Amino acid sequence: MNQNVFIELINPFKDKVFRLAKRLLTSTEEAEDATQEVMVKLWNKKDNLDAYNNIEAVAMTMTKNYCLDQLKSKRAGNLKIVHNNFTDREPQLDKKLEDSNSLEWVEKIISQLPEQLQILIQLRDVEQYEFDEIAKIVNMNETAIRVALSRARKKIRESMVNTHSYGIR
Amino acid sequence: MELDKIEDILEKYFQGETSIAEENQLKEYFSSSNVAQHLEQYKPIFGYFSQVKEQKSTQEIPLKAKKRNVAWLSIAASVVVLLGIGTYFFVSEKNAAPAVAQSELGTYDNPEEALAATQKALALLSNNVNVGIESVQYIQEYQQSKNKIFKQ
Repeated sequence: MNQNVFIELINPFKDKVFRLAKRLLTSTEEAEDATQEVMVKLWNKKDNLDAYNNIEAVAMTMTKNYCLDQLKSKRAGNLKIVHNNFTDREPQLDKKLEDSNSLEWVEKIISQLPEQLQILIQLRDVEQYEFDEIAKIVNMNETAIRVALSRARKKIRESMVNTHSYGIR
Repeated sequence: MELDKIEDILEKYFQGETSIAEENQLKEYFSSSNVAQHLEQYKPIFGYFSQVKEQKSTQEIPLKAKKRNVAWLSIAASVVVLLGIGTYFFVSEKNAAPAVAQSELGTYDNPEEALAATQKALALLSNNVNVGIESVQYIQEYQQSKNKIFKQ
């Protein structure tokens, strides 16, 4: 497999890997490092890639594991990743200042969920994977995923309702 | 779309039972401008999901970098080693050569000749030193007049 073929292969899910890493690691730089790490690992395995029938799922699993490892080692070293703000949404910012504020709230609420739930929300609600694909990535059965996802969504709703009514009263 | 249908899907959504298509319906509904008052609070959630999906990684992935580095490193290392060995021999040869040459140059066998040459060389040196001293003589004048004015 040469480089161009490989790039073609990873292009469809490169950004998904990046977004999952960003969900877990928060900072853009860390997420880019993680993306690079995962892609280089895949590249080194390029000769047996055909053995996997779903490379995207493999990549997502690798990303998940890598990020969780990173978080673990960060915590062991007593370092906390500093939350950085997102500059990506500039075009809408002037138009919907109020909205973007509540979008940041959603971001914050999700980041307070346990990592496993964050991963599920990211895979389902952002990347819109089917449940059987998620099952492969996180190595859980579909029912467990539905239950966990429901729990995560309800938690988000609960926190949103709270902030919403605080805004009014 | 009818409101009760949306409410229905929304309830299913929080139970984790919606399909991708239904979730897309929700996203579509909440991104529209006529969201019902009592559902307004869910708007940011779905708005956030759509917005986050737009984020893209901008960096390039250096695939070949690692392998190539190793090759170049070994080439560079061998060049350095060869250069080191080369210069060692070159320098040691150069050091050996002048030792022979020194005994051949600048030595007189006749003592008188040697004395004359030495005197000539010393005279040349002292003349040049005196040239320097002459120009410094002026400073003596300054020193004298200074002493006249500032009596100690």
